[in-house]
Amino acid sequence: MENMVNIFLFGKKYEVPDNLTIMRAMEYAGYQLVRGCGCRNGFCGACATIYRIKGDTELKTCLACQTKVEDNMYIATLPFFPLVKQVYDINKVSPTEQIMMQLYPEIYACIGCNACTKSCTQELNVMQYIAYAQRGEYEKCAEESFDCVMCGVCSSRCPAGISHPQVAMLARRLNGKYLAPKCDHLENRVQEIKDGTFKELIEALMQKPIEEMKELYNTREIEK
Amino acid sequence: MYSEKFTESIKAVEAAREKNIAYEPVRMTAQEKDDLLKKYHPDYKAEEFEELKIGPNKGEKVPTELAAMLQAHARISADDVDLSKPDYDVDVLVIGGGGAGSSAAIEANEAGADVMIVTKLRIGDANTMMAEGGIQAADKENDSPAIHFVDAFGGGHFAAKRELLSELVCNAPEAIAWLSDLGVEFDKDAEGNMITTHGGGTSRKRMHAAKDYSGAEIMRTLRDEVLNRGIPVVDFTSAVELILDENGKAAGAVLMNMETKELLVAKAKTVVIATGGAGRMHYQGFPTSNHYGATADGLVLGYRAGAKLLYADTLQYHPTGAAYPEQIFGALVTEKVRSLGAKLVNAKGEVFMHPLETRDVSAASIIRECNDRGNGVETGNGLGLWLDTPMIEAIGGEGTIEKRIPAMMRMFGKYGIDIRKEPILVYPTLHYQNGGLDINPDCMTTGVENLYVAGEAVGGIHGRNRLMGNSLLDIIVFGRIAGQSAAAKCKETTVGALTLGHIAEYEKEIADAGIETDKISPMLLPKYEKNNIM
Repeated sequence: MENMVNIFLFGKKYEVPDNLTIMRAMEYAGYQLVRGCGCRNGFCGACATIYRIKGDTELKTCLACQTKVEDNMYIATLPFFPLVKQVYDINKVSPTEQIMMQLYPEIYACIGCNACTKSCTQELNVMQYIAYAQRGEYEKCAEESFDCVMCGVCSSRCPAGISHPQVAMLARRLNGKYLAPKCDHLENRVQEIKDGTFKELIEALMQKPIEEMKELYNTREIEK
Repeated sequence: MYSEKFTESIKAVEAAREKNIAYEPVRMTAQEKDDLLKKYHPDYKAEEFEELKIGPNKGEKVPTELAAMLQAHARISADDVDLSKPDYDVDVLVIGGGGAGSSAAIEANEAGADVMIVTKLRIGDANTMMAEGGIQAADKENDSPAIHFVDAFGGGHFAAKRELLSELVCNAPEAIAWLSDLGVEFDKDAEGNMITTHGGGTSRKRMHAAKDYSGAEIMRTLRDEVLNRGIPVVDFTSAVELILDENGKAAGAVLMNMETKELLVAKAKTVVIATGGAGRMHYQGFPTSNHYGATADGLVLGYRAGAKLLYADTLQYHPTGAAYPEQIFGALVTEKVRSLGAKLVNAKGEVFMHPLETRDVSAASIIRECNDRGNGVETGNGLGLWLDTPMIEAIGGEGTIEKRIPAMMRMFGKYGIDIRKEPILVYPTLHYQNGGLDINPDCMTTGVENLYVAGEAVGGIHGRNRLMGNSLLDIIVFGRIAGQSAAAKCKETTVGALTLGHIAEYEKEIADAGIETDKISPMLLPKYEKNNIM
């Protein structure tokens, strides 16, 4: 027999099995989700959710697809949050401090309350990565923010109006494009292909009878 | 947190760990693999397939659930919309906002076309976002596109369309370079060399990754680029029917707002289907690692308009879906876990196979070990086997898991399982649609002019099984080709009078074939209720 718990979806009470995630509990209760449901596996950030356990003063945040229901859980989903995303040309920006000042000057209004970090559904140190962004340390900002699913909960709690996920997105692109070391073997291979180095080899494979392809495959050497 | 019922089996796994790490299991022979697949792979269960009675692939077999959607009634009839007053009029209409659709839109925009994306959820709600392990490209000294070709062709049982596969492997390094140039952060060493690993069935270490958020890192970057370019994204809006012109060429789509159900007409000179996969069809009752909208919509849209399918009878069951705890049942446990050294171990603590066989072979082998040999672990949700993740730390050193597969550590950590110290339970999960719409190397369908397809909705790139890391690759390579081709074709296209005549023609075929159905398609979203929760 399943153990049942009471949850409150947007204030309305439902009785659901205690082994369900919040997302599954909503479906169990009869919701056909359109908003607030994406990958269902913790990667897309569609199902940001705010909840409070009755009698507890602390407001908690989570991804609905990754969190089990609890008894007396008051749940409100946050399927959309108006983040500010500034538009820029990745080929025309450079990884200097100025770019953050131009695009996201509000990060310098951070009051250090740490509400972003406390609310992060991925348990990232959000305030720290914003601090890195303020100082133009984009490599560190990129690493610290890497697991961000851009659910927007941090921004919903920010008194300074910062759109943390978008700041981090910019930092990661700057790092990936401009700061990470260049990859020589990749550039070389792209050039070799342009020069037609492998053309004959590939053309031979295109013509080869299936039996010969099988032989080639089944006897191929596998790198240790 | 594992309950007591697992203790004995976990102890067996721990006791054998040191020996199992040192043990080098032999790979199966071609004959052993063939025999195994025929007996245990879900693709070979004849009773789960049905012959199509109508359409371009009449007489061929597809999964029963897909047949029902392909031979269902349309959501609309021609009278429901006024084609003479389009709500949108663009050069290129991209249906789908995942990796393939976004790549296509970026390239079409780059080529100067007026391009628009429609997507039934949000841009980025796609299987691309959930791809964890990596993306293949033969860019190392000891590797070549030719070796990549042989690996993929053999892994796909020699069934791939070679003209598509050669595009895939020859454009792979350029795809990585393109993504890097957009700012995607691949794992590199201090000198800039790509950190690459094996995937199942690869003969060279050519798996590039961004930790185990590879797809998410690619997808969020592509999304950011789409938005930077000002490409319109009409979200929460699904294509429910293609529109053709009087000459039978694709010329737009009827769209439906997912919230208000309002119908809209989008006219276009060329159309790109980039609607992704079908995991939410739950073929054969399997759980899935796919996102919420993976319901084979593009196959239905294309098929009804006259496009042909290729290999729609073959699905990929990822060998390692989470089997426990039930809250993440069916979720993907990336193949990278095995690339980094974790082996599959049965309830008795025995390694029963090489951990990096191709996915179809690995899945079939797990099914055999559990269901036939009785060496599975009872999870409360069926059977599972151990994937011995602590081996990774023993081999790669402490901290390897946190550095290389943080998403896996987090996913299990939420349920009190520390994968650095405890093994995890896995069982195959429905992961990928190997088949799809048949295309030429320029991505145009073989059946309908000006209709292009890219990404998981394509059939034939991988043959009858896909290697890890070739899907993130194909969405980029063919997404870009589709965008470039569709933009170029616009310049020589004049759209004739629009028509939805094919709906009535298809309805007549349904009636003539004696098909009685109350189903309508495309499905758009699965329906999960009280007793139907996957």
